[in-house]
Amino acid sequence: MKSGFRVFLAAFVALGLSWCGFVLAPVLQLGEAKQTQILNSSDTYPIQRTGDATLGLQVYRANGCAACHTEQIQQSGMACDVILTSAGKNSAAVSNLISNLKLTGLTKEEADAASDKITAAGGKSETHIAATGADISRGWGIRRSVAADFLYDSPVQLGGIRVGPDLANVGARLGNANWQLLHLYAPQDVVKNSAMPPFRFLFNVQKIGDVPSSDALQLPKEFAPAAGYEIVPTDDAKNLVAYLLSLRVDVPLYEAPFTPPQISTNVPANKK
Amino acid sequence: MNGNATSQYNLSADEIDASCRVPLLALFNCAALWLALGLALELLASLTFHMPEKFGGCAFLTYGRLVPAANDLLIYGFAIPAGLGVMLWIFARLSQTELVLPLVPIIAAHIWHLGVFIGTIAIFIGDSTGFAWLEYPRAPAILLFAAFLLIAISALATFGARHQRELHPSHWFLLAALFWFPWIYSTTNLFLLSGHPVRGVAQAVIDWWFANNLIFVWLALVGIGTAFYFLPKFAGRSLPNYLALFAFWTFILFAPWCGIPQGAPVPAWLPALSSVASMLIIIPLIAIAIIFVKTVCGAKTQCKGGPFCHIKFGTVAFLLSSLMLISLGCPHFSKIGEFTWFAPAQAQLQILGFFAIVICGAIYELLPRVMNFELPFPKLVRAQHWLFMLGLAFLIVPLAIGGIVQGLKMANPNLPFADSTNAALIFLRVSTMGLLFLLLGSLLFAANLFATFCKWQCALVKSMLGIVNAPLETSEVKS
Repeated sequence: MKSGFRVFLAAFVALGLSWCGFVLAPVLQLGEAKQTQILNSSDTYPIQRTGDATLGLQVYRANGCAACHTEQIQQSGMACDVILTSAGKNSAAVSNLISNLKLTGLTKEEADAASDKITAAGGKSETHIAATGADISRGWGIRRSVAADFLYDSPVQLGGIRVGPDLANVGARLGNANWQLLHLYAPQDVVKNSAMPPFRFLFNVQKIGDVPSSDALQLPKEFAPAAGYEIVPTDDAKNLVAYLLSLRVDVPLYEAPFTPPQISTNVPANKK
Repeated sequence: MNGNATSQYNLSADEIDASCRVPLLALFNCAALWLALGLALELLASLTFHMPEKFGGCAFLTYGRLVPAANDLLIYGFAIPAGLGVMLWIFARLSQTELVLPLVPIIAAHIWHLGVFIGTIAIFIGDSTGFAWLEYPRAPAILLFAAFLLIAISALATFGARHQRELHPSHWFLLAALFWFPWIYSTTNLFLLSGHPVRGVAQAVIDWWFANNLIFVWLALVGIGTAFYFLPKFAGRSLPNYLALFAFWTFILFAPWCGIPQGAPVPAWLPALSSVASMLIIIPLIAIAIIFVKTVCGAKTQCKGGPFCHIKFGTVAFLLSSLMLISLGCPHFSKIGEFTWFAPAQAQLQILGFFAIVICGAIYELLPRVMNFELPFPKLVRAQHWLFMLGLAFLIVPLAIGGIVQGLKMANPNLPFADSTNAALIFLRVSTMGLLFLLLGSLLFAANLFATFCKWQCALVKSMLGIVNAPLETSEVKS
């Protein structure tokens, strides 16, 4: 190449293409995203986090929690079960059909095919969907995280490494605010051998006044302050816990469907 | 190097080198300091895994603040200014002219390092932006952007003043790097840190795009550009030009598309495209490997732990880190590798194993020419090389293996999550030792630079006192 201009042109084209692909296109596709509808429901999702939880996200950001925690549940696939709800008039044919069909642990296509066959025989069925994968069986969540979960967050704290567990659904998993506060103050007290550093700077040590503070942590002897003193969470700690408790991915969406557990008792799926 | 080849023009190599002296010192001195400080903070952060309960009292010592501060010091504090300094010198040498507008990079260097200082403080007081590799808030980001543009002006002016119109392969890579950073840095800051940031996961996608373009592409452009300048000179061979052109084109076409994690909660076409791009990266990698082998293998020059060794080792480290990146883009492996220490291992190999070693080698080579006296501690060059190699062996290998072990345990739903953390803990503790070696190596590097600086200052003061009209020209005892 003889001129610097050609190098610039080359760089411009190369970087410009990837800019269009990974900056412009996502901004156009996701930047104007709106609330979506919860599957089989008229409710919209997500709802804006509460004020203290929104402030708590900033505490999460300032202390770099995302350096150790992800907020993205992974899912390897889904397993569908076809459940017969009514055998219809020709029950003998349907029961005969069912005895020859595999009805559990199916893919979506297989489940649709099976349910079509049942419908053709005159029966009625419904399909129950459950997400599968290591994160799901570990109990971290019911479905994978999707783009819609992060609509109102800024900055979005997806994280990239799991030194600690995934937090995408922590509000539903560990919903006790006192447990969360205690865990922030003394992780090793609540989770044995935890590698998490304590966040004592989010708490104040204060002299017990006439009446002990209602916020004061109930600590075991090992972590308790000197006699006459109490440990009280600061606003930052309370906001952070509010944010953690607001982290829940527990509604089915079009792009991440599942059948909520409470509906799985032969109640028609669209009646919630 | 090619001191006598310049005689056909009016300037000697010595004059060209001398014109770079002050700007380069301004860039390198603080860069060496930030490198040592960054590694020290990295070391401090890794101590969290030895005794987590000791790090609770102070907000500044939280792992989540130490790590971004340390990483940003390595990349913004050390890698970029040091790379730019080497780039200025290569441009001046290739153009056979003195550095044009030498005052501009001197001012810019100070603005840049001020920006890094403010940004680091901001992270420690909790003002980090929360975006990986882009933690500096708006004010320092503006300083960095302005400083980069100023240095680019001086570099481009020097480039424009060249005598020989034909471009050297290094030119392509370095010019592309000059263009790359302002674009990625401005666009990311505008989309993420302006008054109205984009919504939702588009933020994360833009941040991944930026991080990949900075850590993988920008460092590779500067590092490989530097290696392509020095390796043929050391080996006394010429570079296979057409292959280098092929490597350049394919690299800049494919590399900017890598970096979106495979399991990310974003529309599926994004990770899919990224995965394809990381497979295609193998093409420029093979080209670079062939160029490397053709240039270096069988060369009569002995490297003896000197700059040649540094740059050879760095190029190999680049190939390795790229292979790690490719494996992360591979959907089957990424199920195990993602969310583990494997990805940080790749980034550290890219920054410390590849870029830092190549640039340190280049600085060791050019500094004596620029200063017109030998390095104050020439033996430390070899010591630093060994310390870095040892450090990398103790840092990257445990992290990569630990990452895979951790990933395998995480992928098994029958094991509790704590098993994966505990399995990685042993490897993390070993990696602390690697960081210690790297820190010692970076201190040796800094020692050479600061001693050079002091020697130069003393000479300057002496020559002023001695009322000699031509400072420093008395020491023209150059081989």
